[in-house]
Amino acid sequence: MRVVRARAGALLAAVALAATACGGGSAGQAGVVSASWGDPQNPLEPANTNEVQGGKVLEMLFRGLKRYNPTTGAAENVLAERIETADSQNFTVTLKPGWTFSNGEKVTAKSFVDAWNYGAFIGNRQKNAPFFQYIDGFDRVHPENGKPTARTLSGLVVKDDKTFTVRLNQKFSSWPDTLGYSAFMPLPRAFFSDHDGWLQKPVGNGPYLVDSYEKGSVLRMRKWQKYPGSDPARNGGIDLRVYTDNNTAYTDLQAGNLDLVDDVPAAQLRHVKSDLGGRYINQPAGIIQTLTFPMYRKEWSRPGSDKVRRGLSMAIDRKQITKEIFENTRTPATDWTSPVLGADGGYRAGLCGAACEFDPVKARQLIKEGGGLPGGRMTLAYNADTGSHKDWIDAICNSINRSLGNDRACVGDPVGTFADFRNKISAQAMNGPFRAGWQMDYPLIQNFLQPLYYTNGSANDGKFSDKRFDKLVNEANAATDRAKAVATFQDAEKILAQQMPAIPLWYQNGSGGYSERISHVSLNPFSVPVYNAITVN
Amino acid sequence: MGRYVVRRLLQMIPVFIGSTFLIFFMVYALGDPVAAMFGDRAPDPATAAQIRRDLYLDQPLGKQYLHYMGQIFQGNFGTAFNGQSVTELMASAFPVTLRLTLIAIVLEMLVGITLGVFSGLRRGRGIDTSVLLLSLVVVSVPTFVSGYLLQFVFGVRWAWAAPSVSPEAPLNELLLPGLVLALVSLAYVTRLTRTSIAENVRADYVRTALAKGLPRHRVITRHLLRNSLIPVVTFIGTDIGALMGGAIVTERIFNIHGVGFQLYQGILRQNSPTVVGFVTILVLVFLLANLLVDLLYAVLDPRIRYA
Amino acid sequence: MPESYVPKEAIGHGDGGTAALAIGEAESLERRPSAAPPSAGPPGAPVGKPRSLWSDAWHDLRRNPVFVLSALVIVFLVVIAIWPQLIATGNPYRADLAKAQQGSQPGHPFGFDTQGRDVYTRVVYGARASITVGVCATTGAALLGSLLGGLAGFFGGWGDTLLSRLADIFFGIPVILGGLVFLSVVTSTTVWPVVGFIVLLGWPQVSRIARGSVVTAKQNDYVQAARALGAGNGRLLLRHIAPNAVAPVIVVATIALGTYIALEATLSYLGAGLKPPTVSWGIDISTASTYIRSAPHMLLWPAGALSITVLAFIMLGDAVRDALDPKLR
Repeated sequence: MRVVRARAGALLAAVALAATACGGGSAGQAGVVSASWGDPQNPLEPANTNEVQGGKVLEMLFRGLKRYNPTTGAAENVLAERIETADSQNFTVTLKPGWTFSNGEKVTAKSFVDAWNYGAFIGNRQKNAPFFQYIDGFDRVHPENGKPTARTLSGLVVKDDKTFTVRLNQKFSSWPDTLGYSAFMPLPRAFFSDHDGWLQKPVGNGPYLVDSYEKGSVLRMRKWQKYPGSDPARNGGIDLRVYTDNNTAYTDLQAGNLDLVDDVPAAQLRHVKSDLGGRYINQPAGIIQTLTFPMYRKEWSRPGSDKVRRGLSMAIDRKQITKEIFENTRTPATDWTSPVLGADGGYRAGLCGAACEFDPVKARQLIKEGGGLPGGRMTLAYNADTGSHKDWIDAICNSINRSLGNDRACVGDPVGTFADFRNKISAQAMNGPFRAGWQMDYPLIQNFLQPLYYTNGSANDGKFSDKRFDKLVNEANAATDRAKAVATFQDAEKILAQQMPAIPLWYQNGSGGYSERISHVSLNPFSVPVYNAITVN
Repeated sequence: MGRYVVRRLLQMIPVFIGSTFLIFFMVYALGDPVAAMFGDRAPDPATAAQIRRDLYLDQPLGKQYLHYMGQIFQGNFGTAFNGQSVTELMASAFPVTLRLTLIAIVLEMLVGITLGVFSGLRRGRGIDTSVLLLSLVVVSVPTFVSGYLLQFVFGVRWAWAAPSVSPEAPLNELLLPGLVLALVSLAYVTRLTRTSIAENVRADYVRTALAKGLPRHRVITRHLLRNSLIPVVTFIGTDIGALMGGAIVTERIFNIHGVGFQLYQGILRQNSPTVVGFVTILVLVFLLANLLVDLLYAVLDPRIRYA
Repeated sequence: MPESYVPKEAIGHGDGGTAALAIGEAESLERRPSAAPPSAGPPGAPVGKPRSLWSDAWHDLRRNPVFVLSALVIVFLVVIAIWPQLIATGNPYRADLAKAQQGSQPGHPFGFDTQGRDVYTRVVYGARASITVGVCATTGAALLGSLLGGLAGFFGGWGDTLLSRLADIFFGIPVILGGLVFLSVVTSTTVWPVVGFIVLLGWPQVSRIARGSVVTAKQNDYVQAARALGAGNGRLLLRHIAPNAVAPVIVVATIALGTYIALEATLSYLGAGLKPPTVSWGIDISTASTYIRSAPHMLLWPAGALSITVLAFIMLGDAVRDALDPKLR
């Protein structure tokens, strides 16, 4: 057996070699923070990025007219000197002087108008194009059918280097507050003249610049030393490393191989405090989870079914589920918005009333009065490929089953892929309630109500439609007084409490953890780390 | 022999066409990929239609397939939804997975065959039983569990190795993932070797060789092992493919951006260029691996000859 | 695959190329034919009609304690699968979230899972789906695979080519893609679609192994001799080749049993396997796996049940293989 033994010896030597080579892995260069990242689904164009992973990069790479305060969420002027309107429909935007892109080019009114026209034009098939739909002329650059009849938005006019005007096609008093969204960022000439080159190494006007980008594995961002803004990077740079499994990122953090994780997996929550001590973040974010009813199905929208929907909402023990399954990284929901809006912004705890409180007796009674579950049983649909939805869906079903005293009343219904799940929703092929998560685009109560419950809203997946609700939303949008607008939106929200087209489950927190190497780590209301504030010890 | 190899290589053409069509059809059957690109928001119909037009998704299946094949013959495997070309993805993914597979196969052969020989020679004794129990553990604990466990123990507790693999994926970092990947196959290789050895050890030729005074290790390696390897070699041949395309779990746990990762992404996002491109290359790898196995039959057992 | 295997020794000319052969092969000329002569029967065998290899094997098996023990375990598992309430009085669906992840306590020896369900009850009730999937899928894949692989290996030619290339394509289909497509079109909540899918996926491997074994076995001189004596193909395959080629298939099948039960878990995890509220070890193992640090008992018990099942089948397979091997007599 001499041969075999020699080979085994070689193998042992190789293992030992590997052990010494990888031991005590330290996390990168001096002053540079390594952070977990997911592969963005789309090229990093601002008007084409509609998910959080690409959004992280844009947050570091760009500054727009407005930015949402990382702690309060309030929309604050950054590049905008002022945005003025007399009628909530015609706006004049004036830029602050002194801003440039990191390649030296000045940021002018044209940088914005060109970027917005690019984003809206159908030929560029940007996924955020609907964000420009309130600007006059959108229907000509982005017709529902057929060929576009214009290349630029007629509502946008450049007055001079630092001024441009915007004409909307309807009154929208809080429109300026939407401008912190990444789709509204300015773009340099290079974006249009050398598009491929720009995508390889994007150039923006934010506190960081791209050092190198290895697609699918790592994006290295470095501090832009000449950044003119008031929020420069307090670290040397950020290395965004692509992880396909957040458990691995968490393990890497424990091993000192990574500095920052912005998503602690549910299974690790039980011991995260003992693992990280004070280096664990758990703070509210603008995300709400709901169970949406397919209102296009007769059995879920017949008269009296509102009682069944309210009864189901009361059959769910939110408090226990958020504690046992989520370790309090979710907060039981009592309205349809999010605590990050603040009371002034439209969040009102308890707006849902008794309908969102756990009461199994009342629940059973209401469901019985409403004619019972359609066919005596129901399914909760979710996609099985992303997130660990199975655990909490099962917990909700168990809660409903216990309340109704029937083991088989509710079962989870996994759909293989997110794509298939979305297709079934678009095709209105859902038979029962399905999971829906809404992450706000901008911290306005409008963003939590209009897209989701307004007749034919862009994310109204349950096809809920209520004339009174629509009327109140229109009134709220036209109101010039902010407090009045918010109060009107809340009136509309009360209709949701009666009709219950979607059961509010819980507000999702952002959770994260970091290494001993860094400090001043926090998450903004979008659950994205505030990268530029991080310091390296 | 030469003619045989040429004929086998020629058979790749129909297999290539067959498998591309089959996979293309399967991805097509999964449904429309465009809706998922818009997240939780209903897709803007005009934008969605434009994307479908650009990706040829508005054409019937047959036309889509012909268009795709036409592109392939110009050396263009299409692009993934994030804008990267599939050729680029393959160039970065295949070398990594190849290294990982290599480590797994080498481990399988060294450890699996060694353990198999020992337990086959000492059937029913202590070592045989321990090896059996070991393989039981390996079979009944899923890869994702053993993966996370080894990663935690080696990476965090003992800090012997980095828990994840860096983008360059050098060989030494791939040892641990390679071991995890090889575990289940190890059970197969060990049991197959053990059974073959146990069956052949009592064959008369072994007795004769020993009686002739040949040294024991020479009898084992030259005669016994050689005669016992055909099922093992066959298994490893079938396993190469499974390891390369099926490393999804292992690649995920150790954050390796290889073939399994790209395939998984492609399937979930229903991107046919990625999936078809990768699977086609995989099928070609199986064809070559199996050709190699068939040729090895003739080396291991000279009575088998190809014409 | 080869279109035709041409043995170096033409049939009936056993000395044709012997000089060139390695020692092992030359000596294998002395291998005993598999069809044992009557005198080789074990002592105490009823005298009279010579017993076939298969009945010989059965006679041996009944006296083999390993076989008896593993058969008893399997019978027990099957009984539990049919009547779980015999040893578990609880309800596998009853969930009390307040007890989530709690360990062993009186009346609940195995503790609770993430949903606060009794792990012991779920392990007992999970036997039905898991054993059905494991046994049926393994049997299906083994039968289909060894039949196709055996015929291909024996006859060679274009059938062999066609089958082998078909297997190549099947190998190429990623499990996840196949699972999503196959099971998204099937809406049945029974285990049969999952069984069918695993058979579809598993047969190519068995067929490769079986084909390889048959290719070697048919080179053996006793096969050539039997052919020269005028034995038909069917007789050759069943009496002479199958007993000598079956061992690797049994080995692969018994291990595959375990991996198939685990594969069901993977499929269920993807949302493409058994549909809830079916209870299975696989589903519970995959749920438990992420909680391995906070609640290892959730994994331990279903995985342990799976181990015992696989062990029983591996031992059984070993015993059957030994009984069929004429050389061990």
